[in-house]
Amino acid sequence: MWYYEKKLQYPVKVRECNPRLAKYLIEQYGGADGELSAALRYLNQRYTIPGKVIGLLNDIGTEEFAHLEMIATMIYKLTKDATPEMLEAAGLAPHYVNHDSALFYHNSAGNPWTAEYIQAKGDPIADIYEDIAAEEKARATYQWIINMSDDPELNDSLKFLREREIVHSQRFREAAEILKEDRDKKIFF
Amino acid sequence: MQPTYTKYYYPYVSPFDPCKPILKKSYPTPPQLYMGFQPPNLPQFNPKEALYHGTLWPSLYDEYNKKDYRGDEHD
Repeated sequence: MWYYEKKLQYPVKVRECNPRLAKYLIEQYGGADGELSAALRYLNQRYTIPGKVIGLLNDIGTEEFAHLEMIATMIYKLTKDATPEMLEAAGLAPHYVNHDSALFYHNSAGNPWTAEYIQAKGDPIADIYEDIAAEEKARATYQWIINMSDDPELNDSLKFLREREIVHSQRFREAAEILKEDRDKKIFF
Repeated sequence: MQPTYTKYYYPYVSPFDPCKPILKKSYPTPPQLYMGFQPPNLPQFNPKEALYHGTLWPSLYDEYNKKDYRGDEHD
């Protein structure tokens, strides 16, 4: 189970009303390499992986939900007071007719989130390598969003999230090393 | 030291597990995880053996057996 702390992992400030940025950020919300995919992937793989790395998947999967909240907050702030005309100008008219300014789990092209984005192969090495790849893809997505954004305060939060992807990738790489270790083997000198 | 290509772990066994618990569970850690950049001039199979094994190099060969033969242990 989880305990909930009613605050964000890192503050989210948005300087200007820019619904177009929300359209890009939704990629990290309901996209293939987004935070929802990450959280569900790790928390699901936990059950069938050696005990030594269950805790890591648990902790990182939980943190991904904290990131999901930050992304949601960004998108919400960027669109909450936008008029239908402003949303239309930002290319969000199809979103508006379906959802008003509610958030929804789809990518920036409007494709709904699908479980096909994630995998649980059951082979510990295959699963951890997928997780490493997922972290690198999420890092890249943050880079491309930062490149498209000129909001310095929003970019500050995005840079924090990009850095967390780097740390997670490192931890998963360490998990791969743990899985590779010959623990039962006697050491001869 | 030659790494092993099968590892084992001992999953948690609950007193309330409905099925007969697996006490010792195997998972594969095949040779490519350990080689890094393949060094030159490794020993090779002869061509016919290589064809059967799917690789020229014994050090990349990993015989995968069915789970029953991998050393997994049930209660």
